[in-house]
Amino acid sequence: MLIRLNVNGEWREADVWPGSSLLSVLRDDLGLWGTKNACEQGECGSCSAWLDGELVASCLVLAAQADGRRVETIESLGREGELHPVQEAFLDAGAVQCGFCTPGFEVAVTDLLRHDPHPSDETIREALAGNLCRCTGYQKIVDAVHLAADRMSEAPR
Amino acid sequence: MKVYRPSSLGEALDVRAAHPEAVPIAGGTDLMVELNFGRRRPEAFVDISRLPELGVIRREGDTVSLGAGVPYARIIRELPDQVALVQAARTVGSPQIRTRGTVGGNLGTGSPAGDALPVLAAYDARIVLASARGTRRISWRDFLVGPKRTALAPDELIVAAEWDVPQGPGSFSKVGTRNAMVIAIAGLSLQVDEAARGVRVALGSVGPTILRAPDAEAFGAGALDESGAWANPEAGVPEAALARFGELVAAAAKPIDDVRGTAAYRRHACGVLARRALTWALADRRLPAS
Repeated sequence: MLIRLNVNGEWREADVWPGSSLLSVLRDDLGLWGTKNACEQGECGSCSAWLDGELVASCLVLAAQADGRRVETIESLGREGELHPVQEAFLDAGAVQCGFCTPGFEVAVTDLLRHDPHPSDETIREALAGNLCRCTGYQKIVDAVHLAADRMSEAPR
Repeated sequence: MKVYRPSSLGEALDVRAAHPEAVPIAGGTDLMVELNFGRRRPEAFVDISRLPELGVIRREGDTVSLGAGVPYARIIRELPDQVALVQAARTVGSPQIRTRGTVGGNLGTGSPAGDALPVLAAYDARIVLASARGTRRISWRDFLVGPKRTALAPDELIVAAEWDVPQGPGSFSKVGTRNAMVIAIAGLSLQVDEAARGVRVALGSVGPTILRAPDAEAFGAGALDESGAWANPEAGVPEAALARFGELVAAAAKPIDDVRGTAAYRRHACGVLARRALTWALADRRLPAS
């Protein structure tokens, strides 16, 4: 079936198997590989994206349900040379090791900071409970959230 | 595979009547897992995520009607006074799941581990079902007939859950291995009903379906009676009565051994959760009314 969705501000079309997930459309049809495919059951958060502004696990969204809707992915945040403050903070705080979970975390962190610009440790840990990282032990990710929060409140963009 | 995409409840019910093989999909947080892993390949889906009628929360007097398509994130934001339900909603999946998952999905899947279900049972909720033939309301007990088995007819859709708001403290708690994405090993909702001087307890993940604990409920209400705590919240109940309450709740469980936990562990967990939940409720009753 043909679906049409607004991805990172641009209307895109894809001819998909009706049982496809939004994740597979993003990666396999639209070539947006920043959104990672790992567990395909919503456990790991590495496929986090926004659907109509709401944080979702894109592996659990039926592609047909995204037809006509607005999707934002990690690619909407920044690019090489002009990173989003959340991405800068992840680098500076040492919150990136192997990097596989990083896009999902950065999307979830950006979503958190949109709703709560100065979250407590408890709030951060609850907000990121759906994202798994097997390298960092999470503390440096929590540090990165605080760093990003501080920088974003100093220099709103 | 075909995806029907009705834009109103009426259209959706026509699709259900004409294509009973089409599986309703709302948030997709259960069904997509089955699809991604090739465990299930339905001939067709009916996308019910765009039906405005299912996204409505209505309050009429002391009754709440919660649309089957309202995601948990909205329940947390919009029903803050339904404390037990909000507590359960906050334990569902993860933030990414709570923006999509719905109470209608918990009901439709009919798993005894659905986090919202013990709360609906403790609320004595009614489930509103619609088809092109008309609308009916049945109690949660008659809807959840077995493990992943419900009373939903092939041409029906779950429209809402509704309940008369009990006046009194309530809670939901569960035992699992991680602070997110946990399929409960045991779950419990306790609700005090001050007007009826009753205590209601419902259990999840410890039987073929959601269970109430009538003996424990009668004992709990009686314990508050004996100590005079119904009239005077400061009175509380003695430690021995809390322990007995926990034993009776544990006795109401019908657990099995499975990959997530043993029957013995589950039964023990029910007793612990029950004691804690009653302790919290008694503490809440001591708080001055706000």
